[in-house]
Amino acid sequence: MTKTNTVEEIVSQPYKYGFITEIETEKIPKGLNEDVIRLISAKKNEPDFLLKFRLRAYKQWLKMEEPDWSGLTYSKVNYQDLVYYAAPKKDIKKQSLDEVDPKLLETFEKLGIPLSEQKRLSNVAVDAVFDSVSIATTYKEKLAEHGVIFCSISEAISEYPNLVEKYMGTVVPINDNFFAALNSAVFSDGSFVYIPKGVECPMELSSYFRINSGDTGQFERTLIIAEESSSVSYLEGCTAPMFDTNTLHAAVVELVALDDASIKYSTVQNWYAGNEEGIGGIFNFVTKRGECRGLRSKISWSQVETGSAITWKYPSCVLQGDNSIGEFYSIALTNNFQEADTGTKMIHIGKNTKSKIVSKGISAGKSKNSYRGLVSISPNAEGARNYSQCDSMLIGDKARANTYPYIQSKQPQSNIEHEASTCRISEDQLFYLQSRGIDFEESVSMLISGFCSDVFNELPMEFASEADKLLALKLEGSVG
Amino acid sequence: MISSTSETILSIKDLHASVEDQEILHGVNLLVKEGEIHAIMGRNGSGKSTLSKVIAGHPSYKVLSGSIQFKGTNILELEPEERARIGIFLGFQYPVEIPGVSNLEFLRVATNSRRKELLASELDTFEFEDLVKERLKIVEMDPAFLERSVNEGFSGGEKKRNEILQMALLEPVISILDETDSGLDIDALRIVASGINTLSKPNTATILITHYQRLLNEITPDFVHIMANGKIIKTGSKELAIDLERSGYDFINKDAKDKEMAT
Repeated sequence: MTKTNTVEEIVSQPYKYGFITEIETEKIPKGLNEDVIRLISAKKNEPDFLLKFRLRAYKQWLKMEEPDWSGLTYSKVNYQDLVYYAAPKKDIKKQSLDEVDPKLLETFEKLGIPLSEQKRLSNVAVDAVFDSVSIATTYKEKLAEHGVIFCSISEAISEYPNLVEKYMGTVVPINDNFFAALNSAVFSDGSFVYIPKGVECPMELSSYFRINSGDTGQFERTLIIAEESSSVSYLEGCTAPMFDTNTLHAAVVELVALDDASIKYSTVQNWYAGNEEGIGGIFNFVTKRGECRGLRSKISWSQVETGSAITWKYPSCVLQGDNSIGEFYSIALTNNFQEADTGTKMIHIGKNTKSKIVSKGISAGKSKNSYRGLVSISPNAEGARNYSQCDSMLIGDKARANTYPYIQSKQPQSNIEHEASTCRISEDQLFYLQSRGIDFEESVSMLISGFCSDVFNELPMEFASEADKLLALKLEGSVG
Repeated sequence: MISSTSETILSIKDLHASVEDQEILHGVNLLVKEGEIHAIMGRNGSGKSTLSKVIAGHPSYKVLSGSIQFKGTNILELEPEERARIGIFLGFQYPVEIPGVSNLEFLRVATNSRRKELLASELDTFEFEDLVKERLKIVEMDPAFLERSVNEGFSGGEKKRNEILQMALLEPVISILDETDSGLDIDALRIVASGINTLSKPNTATILITHYQRLLNEITPDFVHIMANGKIIKTGSKELAIDLERSGYDFINKDAKDKEMAT
C-alpha cells in the first residue's frame, strides 16, 4: 500500500488570483515626505482638515519605530522605496459603470465579483477598490432610499466631510501604532458606510480590495458608523497578483456603534502569500478596531485569513457602553513560510459587557501561526464576562502554532473563561472517512471544515460558502 | 442458501501483516463466499481487529506477504476509499468522533461515492433525506442523530447503530463488523443484530468479529473461526462458539495444538 498523497501536499495549491491587469496607471514617484502627502491630498482635492490630519500623523510616524514584539520574521520594509499613490489613468470620478475601464470590470469579474448591472450579486452591494482607488460602488441608489451611505472614503471626504471629520481617527488615533500612523498619513481609498438611526441596512455591504501594482503600498481606510438602533453586515475580500517582491498593505478600519446598534464585519483575506520558498507575498499589517460607544451595542468581527506572507492583525472591540457585546471569530490558515500573528483585544469598560472569542488556527508546511489576544476588564466593568476558545491544528511536523492569551482584570466581579487546544489531523479520523468511500483530499477538507465550523456558522450566508470554497481551494491537491 | 457454485467474495491467503514493525498476523487463510456469515472469535490481541483493518486498508498496517482478493481482484494496492467503493465495509469497534462535520452530510457524501461506483445517480440533499429516513428504521434511530456531528457525544450503542446505518446506506458486498456487539445492552444488541440480519442478502457476506457467543444467538453464523497468535487455528460450525463459551480458549488452544502435532 502506498500513500500517494500527504496532507501537506493537499494544503498546497496554486494561487488562482495571481494575474496582473495590464492597465495604464498614474503613479507618483517613490518615497515618502511631506510633499508626497501634500500631493496625495491635492490629487484627491481634500479639505484642509484632512491634510492637517495626514501631516500630524506623518510627524507622529517619524517618531515611531516599527514594532517587533510579535516575533514575526521578515525583512524590514524600505519605506522610501515604495510608491504611495497609484491609480488607473482614466478618469477616476465616474458617474456610472459605463465609464469604468472595461479592463477593470473584467478584472473584478475574473475575481468572481461582477459589477455590471446584469450580473452583480443580488443583495450584496460592492465597493471595488483597485490599487489606491475605488472604481465602482454598486446599488448606491437603492441604499440611498434607506438613507444608507455606502461609498468610497474619498467620496465621503468630499460629500460628507462633517461625518468624516467627526469620526475618523477617533477609534484608531493617528499615533495608535506605527502602521496606523503611516496609514493615517498616506491612506488612499477605502470604504465609508453610514447607517442612519433606526435603519436596518437592507443588503449586505461588501468591499473588494485588489492590489495590482508591484511596488505600490496599499493603505486603505474604512470607516463604518452605525447610528442608534441601526444594523449592518459588511464583508471584505482581498486578492493580489503574484510578485516575487513583497508588497505592503497597511489598512485601518474603524467601526462606531451607538446605542442598540450592531455591526457585523467579516473578512476573507486571500492576498498573495508568496511561493513555496517563501519568496514574495503581501505584508499585511492591519489595525482594525470597533467601539461599542452606545448602550447595548454590538460589534462582531469574523475573519478567514488564508493569504499574505505576513499577517499582523488584531480586530478589537472597545466595549464602552453598558451591556455592549464584542465578538471575534477567526480562522487563520498558514502554509509554506507564511506567518500569521492574529487575534483580538476585548476591552471591557462598561458594566455587564460581554465578549466572545473563537479562534481556529491551521498551520501547514513550515508556517507559523499565532493567536495573540488580550482580554482587559477595567475597574468599572462590573459583571463583565468573556469566553475565549483558541484551537490550533497542525498539519505535518514542521509547522508551528502558538497561543498568547493575555488577561488583565481589575474587576473582581467579572468572569473570564479561556479554553485552548492543539490537535493534528488524526489518522483515525481520516481512515474513518476514507473507509466510507470518501477520497483522501475530500476527507482532509471535511475534517478542516469541521474544525472551523464554529466560525463558519458566524459568517453571513453569502460568504460562508465562499469561505468554505476558499479553504477547500487552498486544500485542493496540486492537480488543476 | 450456500451452494457450491456460490461466488467467492473474499479470499485471504497466507496473510502476514505488521503494525509499528511488529508482525501481528502470521499467515491467515480465509475464504468467504456469497450468502455466508462468518464469525471470528478469539482473545484480545489475537489479531482479529488487525485483520479487519488490514482488509479495509488502514495505512498503519503493513502487509508483509500473502494476498487478499475481492471477487478475484487483488485489493492490496487499493486505497481505503477505493476498497469501500467496491463494497468492502468495516464496522468499527470504536467509531471515531468527527466534531463539526454533520452526520447527514457525511452519510450523503459517503453514500454518493459508493453510488458512483455502482453507476447509480448522485442523490441531492432532498433525495438523500428520503433514503436515510427509510434506512434509519432498520436501526430504530432517531432522525435527530442526523443533525449532529459524526458520532460526537453519541453513546456507545448510538455509535454502533450509526455504523449499521452506514452499512444500510452503502449496501456493501462484504461487511466486516468489528465487535459491533461490545458495549451494547440487550435491547441495543437485538436492534443491531436484527439490522445486520435484514441487510444480509444472498449475494452479500458478513464477517462478525466478536468475543462473545451472545451475538451469535441473534445472528447464526455458517462458520466460526478461532483466532490465536495471528492465525486462524480452528474452524467449525456454530457449535464451536458454544463449545468455546463453555470451555474457554485454553481448551480450544490445546485442542488445536494436539491436532497440529498429530498431522
